[in-house]
Amino acid sequence: MTYLSTAPLSLDALLAEVAAPHCGGTCAFLGTVRDGPEDGGVTAIEYSAYDAMAEAEMDRIVSETRRRWPDARVAVRHRLGLVAAEEASIAIAVATPHRADAFAACRHVIEEVKKRLPVWKKELRADGTATWVDPSGHPSMVGPQ
Amino acid sequence: MNRVSGTAGTAGTVGTLRVRFLARYAELVGRSEGTLTVHLPATVSDVMSRIRDEWPGTAALPAQPLAALNLRHVRLDAAVADGDELAFLPPLAGG
Repeated sequence: MTYLSTAPLSLDALLAEVAAPHCGGTCAFLGTVRDGPEDGGVTAIEYSAYDAMAEAEMDRIVSETRRRWPDARVAVRHRLGLVAAEEASIAIAVATPHRADAFAACRHVIEEVKKRLPVWKKELRADGTATWVDPSGHPSMVGPQ
Repeated sequence: MNRVSGTAGTAGTVGTLRVRFLARYAELVGRSEGTLTVHLPATVSDVMSRIRDEWPGTAALPAQPLAALNLRHVRLDAAVADGDELAFLPPLAGG
C-alpha cells in the first residue's frame, strides 16, 4: 500500500476504494492548503516526509482504525511536494454500515495523522519567504527561496 | 568502522547506527544522515550526546527532539542496537 503521493489527490478514487454493499455511511475528509487572514499570503506549502516511516506509520494508523471499527473500510492518501493554496494535502474516506462510525473513524484517522505522521511543511509566500511550520508554536523563517 | 553482529545489551560490544536528520533538522545540522559507531548498551540519549560531540551542526538541535528508531516513534531512553536506523524528527506537521 502506498499512502504518499506527489500527484493531486482524487477523492473519487478513495470513495471507490471504500464502497461496499454493507456500508450505508461514508465520511470523507479533505485537508487543504489554507491562506487565511492570519496566514500572511501563503501561495503554496511544500510537504516533505520521512517516507519509509510515514508509510509504516500510516499503515499502523489504518490497521488500528480497522481493529477499533472492524466493519470500517478505510482509504487515505497524503500528498508530498508542492501543493498550491486550496489544493488537498490529505484525503481520507471511511465507509461503515452506519454513519456514526464513519464520522468517528474518519476523525480518528486525521487526529492520529496529526499526532504521529512524520511529515513536515514549509509555507511559501508571495513575498519570497518560506517558513517551516511548527505546530508547537515556534515558526522559523528560512529566508527567501 | 567496526561493524559487529549481535544486539544491544552485551557489554563491550559496539554497534553501527545510521543516523538521520529530517526536514528542518537536516538544514540546521548541515547533513541529512551519517553513520556512527557506539559502545553498547546505549540509549537514544547516549547517541544524542555522542553526535553533539562529534558533529558540530547538531548543537542547533533541541535538547530533547522527537526520535524514531527503525521507523517507529521512541522515547529518548530506548535502547539502540547494531544496524538500527535512528532518526531525529522536527515537530510533526502532517495533514
